[in-house]
Amino acid sequence: MGVGRSYCVALVGLNGYIVEVEADIGQTLPSFVILGLPDAALNEAKERIRSAAQNSGIPLSRRKITANLIPASLPKRGSGFDLAITMAVLCAANDVRSIGRTVFMAELGLDGRLRPVRGILPAVMAAVQAGFPDIVVAEANAAEASLVPGAKVHGYKTLARLAYDFGADPKDLVLDYEPSGTDTAEDDDTTGFPEPDLCDVSGQGEARRALEVAAAGGHHMLLTGPPGLCP
Amino acid sequence: MMVMRAKDLLGQHGEALAAEFLETQGMRIIDRNWRCTDGEIDIVALEGDILVVAEVKTRRSLDYGHPFEAVGPAKLARLHRLASSWCRAHEVRALRRRIDVVGVVDDGIGRPLLEHLRGVG
Repeated sequence: MGVGRSYCVALVGLNGYIVEVEADIGQTLPSFVILGLPDAALNEAKERIRSAAQNSGIPLSRRKITANLIPASLPKRGSGFDLAITMAVLCAANDVRSIGRTVFMAELGLDGRLRPVRGILPAVMAAVQAGFPDIVVAEANAAEASLVPGAKVHGYKTLARLAYDFGADPKDLVLDYEPSGTDTAEDDDTTGFPEPDLCDVSGQGEARRALEVAAAGGHHMLLTGPPGLCP
Repeated sequence: MMVMRAKDLLGQHGEALAAEFLETQGMRIIDRNWRCTDGEIDIVALEGDILVVAEVKTRRSLDYGHPFEAVGPAKLARLHRLASSWCRAHEVRALRRRIDVVGVVDDGIGRPLLEHLRGVG
């Protein structure tokens, strides 16, 4: 027991920043704390991780788990940290071997499958640029991640398979589980809905004008921040 | 005689195992199953000059969660209150106090599994 470490990438707009994940297992009553400005989705990772690990045959330690996302002051959002936190915690419990400089980016399903996340391309670019070429993603994200020159991408279907490759004891692992169903990145499914139209947007005059200008000039554009806050 | 329920028997069995275990850890058991209006302390022990109030949680299996998971913040707060009550009732002062939790998992077939957490809060 002790401290486990892994790496992930936080996206702020299109810029990615390497995030170091530390996990510590304390000898006291069970609880799970995530530090380092997680948003609501990231805070729910605790429950996803507990179930996913349990259903993969490597239950988490029944002690106090503290996961720290460094730098602590950088806000982190979304479910893409699930896998990195899990690996750091398993590493702290000596359930898997030390992880080195591998970057993990995937959401976990309760059954232990790895689900794709959005923003893989800029995240992998940032990781490679920062000197972290070894990337583990969900299989459904592997093709996109492989577009980045210099990236050594490993796509996995399940947490059990990944843990096995990182030295977990195979006798407990649920290795024969093949997740079924389609794994599309969140909210990409727009079939059956009419094309969105700018005239349906209420207010947001500046944002709409910017969109029109960008479209007319054939430029890229990124909107960040919560919607509806334009004065 | 009152008929004991299975869960109480299991609890008693776990407490006996836990007391035995704490003694092998060098603790001196000074009270068992002390009750007051606020509840019950399973084990009171001394480790050096530290007064240890131990809560024992026993389970047949892990199917309904680990024994430690049954000790939440409310239970801890009550254990602290009970520790104070015990000290008052026995006119004990100036001792350092600690709350421990012992988890016992005993399926009745293999060897019972005991885990001990010291100073849980």
